[in-house]
Amino acid sequence: MIESLLAPWHGFVSSLPFEWARYEFMRHALLAVLFVSPLLGALGTVVVANRMAFFSEAIGHAAFTGIALGVILGLADPLWSMIGFALLLTLAIAWVRRRGGLSSDTAIGLVMAFTVSLGIVILSRGGDFARYTNFLIGDMLAVTGNDVVWLALLALVVFALFFFFFNRLILGTLSPALARSRAARSGRAELAFACLLAVVVTCALPWIGILVINALLILPAAAGRNLANNTAQFFGWSVAISLVAGLAGLIVSFYASTATGATIVLAAMAIYLLTLLRRAAS
Amino acid sequence: MDLPPDHAPAHHGVAPHRCGECCTTMRGIGVRYNGKPVLDNVDLHLHCGELTAVIGENGAGKTTLVKCLLGEIPHSGEVHFLDAAHRRPDSPVIGYVPQHSSFDKDAPVSVLDLFAVSLVSRPACLGVSRSVRGEALNGLRRTGAEDLVDRRVGTLSGGELQRVLLALALTPVPNILVLDEPMSGVDHSGREQFYELLSKLRREFDLAVMLVSHDLATLARFADRMVFLDHRIVCEGPPAEVLRDARVREAFSLHSLS
Repeated sequence: MIESLLAPWHGFVSSLPFEWARYEFMRHALLAVLFVSPLLGALGTVVVANRMAFFSEAIGHAAFTGIALGVILGLADPLWSMIGFALLLTLAIAWVRRRGGLSSDTAIGLVMAFTVSLGIVILSRGGDFARYTNFLIGDMLAVTGNDVVWLALLALVVFALFFFFFNRLILGTLSPALARSRAARSGRAELAFACLLAVVVTCALPWIGILVINALLILPAAAGRNLANNTAQFFGWSVAISLVAGLAGLIVSFYASTATGATIVLAAMAIYLLTLLRRAAS
Repeated sequence: MDLPPDHAPAHHGVAPHRCGECCTTMRGIGVRYNGKPVLDNVDLHLHCGELTAVIGENGAGKTTLVKCLLGEIPHSGEVHFLDAAHRRPDSPVIGYVPQHSSFDKDAPVSVLDLFAVSLVSRPACLGVSRSVRGEALNGLRRTGAEDLVDRRVGTLSGGELQRVLLALALTPVPNILVLDEPMSGVDHSGREQFYELLSKLRREFDLAVMLVSHDLATLARFADRMVFLDHRIVCEGPPAEVLRDARVREAFSLHSLS
């Protein structure tokens, strides 16, 4: 019944004169791309500005252990165990960073190696790992109407929280000491953002794929940074580039019969290279 | 080094009549790190309209003292702020100018964005309102930096960035202005201009200014008071007096300076 909310969407897209528009799975995938791309493009601005690329990579890879936990717990859909584990990991990394015992990249590298190995060991027990390779490259065409509705809600909440924390995050990025003198609790905002990022990355993973999801966070923002002179332009370019790459990748992958996530990444990469040229020219 | 005993710190000689104009007092500040005292029983009065320069060797606790003032680290002793009406504000406004080398210059952030993310909660990525722009321009005008408002922060020279950061620290006008090595990596003429500006603003706004620096020669001309810190206050007073002190001369090898 939730899916009946999507009836107008299906009616509208089916009327378009394209072959792909005739398929329900494509209409769902298109809607998912319209929600996921701006979300990743927006979060990417802070990931790039705050040098969190390695962290988001680690969160994606930790999904192996999240899936394994779901299998052990006997969950039909491992999404909840994946989210739970990603959040746990986020807190663990924040704790290690705060203790200051290890530099951030060393701490993240260690944690990532551990969680990937643990997940693979559990999932490969009995030689059954092939069942989970879908998570590696993702399956955008497996998106259901139900998924799309939940995704829309998630996007709404994430955007609201993102905007709420944005100024503090940027000030903390520029100068943590300056942020503290302004009583902007950038440490807390950073942790909240890391949790938000963990949830979004984990939710988008099954569709986009563990191997490529991080590129979708970083490429649009990196491209946007090449074009922007201020924060609003940075944000605008990043979201727009993410959307264009998402749509182009989805359509191309339909006709070329390729994995959608990776195709979107190539589209984003192409745009990034263009922005590099533009930057070199100016 | 012959430090005075604990019960008779050298800085008791500070003229007491100034305390009526105290903006900020630090009393009995102590910080230990791994059991070793970084700061030991530091008393510091910062007066309105006065530029107090804190000097000392690397590792003498200067930056730690700044962190205590900003409330960034736990410490013993007390810090009190007084506003112009000699009341203690609940949340004192501290203007802070960080070292520009510690500032991330990679991000596509304009000077205007810097003001927006510091002053308001409306996310700067959705655009900056006209009133914030006006406020930023007002602030920047004080340091002669209004032309820089739309420049990307990463394209500013060291001196320009420091003028922007000073303007930001003065918006809104703070109870106290704190600068931590603001001029490291800035060329000589840039420094002179910056200190001159600081001097002027301090009088204009009757500001209490605390400046941490190595830049003895320039500070000697601009500071009203100098404090020589070596985990505790070794001596303090007018710059000329402090720079004559044998302990200061030894620490900074001043015999080579004319």
